[in-house]
Amino acid sequence: MGAGALFVAVFLACVVEAVEATTIVLAAGTTRQWRSTLIGVGSGLLALAVVVAALGPAVSALPLGVLRLVVGALLLVFGLQWLRKSILRASGYKALHDEGLIFRTQVEAARSAPSERRGLVGDWYAFTLAFKGVLLEGLEVVFIVLTFGSNARNLPLAALAAGAAVVLVAGVGIAVRAPLARVPENGMKFVVGVMLTAFGAFWSAEGAGATWPGGDSALLILAPAIAAFGLLVIAWLRRRRTALLIGHDAAPADVAT
Amino acid sequence: MMSRLKAFGAFWYDFVIGDDWVLAAGVVVALAVTAVVASASSTGWWIVPAAIVILLPLSVWRGTRQR
Repeated sequence: MGAGALFVAVFLACVVEAVEATTIVLAAGTTRQWRSTLIGVGSGLLALAVVVAALGPAVSALPLGVLRLVVGALLLVFGLQWLRKSILRASGYKALHDEGLIFRTQVEAARSAPSERRGLVGDWYAFTLAFKGVLLEGLEVVFIVLTFGSNARNLPLAALAAGAAVVLVAGVGIAVRAPLARVPENGMKFVVGVMLTAFGAFWSAEGAGATWPGGDSALLILAPAIAAFGLLVIAWLRRRRTALLIGHDAAPADVAT
Repeated sequence: MMSRLKAFGAFWYDFVIGDDWVLAAGVVVALAVTAVVASASSTGWWIVPAAIVILLPLSVWRGTRQR
């Protein structure tokens, strides 16, 4: 696997998840209390570090065949899920991820929640909101970093890509103090879905004992082919949706005539 | 205790299986077939791409029906 492809896949996946986590953290911080929110962020990052420390060596120690089969299968399932979601959004069947709306909903909920002090944490609600946001959004990223990094035998580069994405998104979030609504999240999700699916398919099939024609260079065909197929599915769904909407509009007129 | 266990199970189901279980089940079946075919010859590489061609449209079609 090329270092560039590894970096891009992990970086984009981390940007998508970091944007979602930043929205939650900003909502907690601006409406409740920054100190408790930042303790929640720190605790979430610490929990993620524990997961990496516990799983990282275990994943790296697996024999390559087993690693490619199990981890490749999981990556393939993840990739197909990401593709499915981005295709449904791009074709209008699922609402686009609206960071502005999510921010407003979180702010409204945060304003109405009662304040409670627990130990060092002045505002328990802000703490748990930030902690859960960072942990849940970060868990998928940790999984992608560990699996991609281990399979490509380049964990440091995967970690670097994840770190760069988090620093970039957090930096912009702090600078603008508003949800990052302009990030083309769905397009990025589609690209990451394609890469996870391509690498997951490649590694899992190899792990199951198959040999790809052309070896590693099969990925150069596999990834663009999956992207093209995904775009075809979007086009098919858009046409289907348009036809359904026209059918709906036409139905009352047909009755009237 | 039971509700926490249920929540834990639900979290991992959502994390690994996601919105549509058909994708995960299809991947498992495709890899099992690949392993069987690959044990006899080395031509099983096409099974996973073929599964993607079937599973992705099937899953998004199911997604459109759920809405």
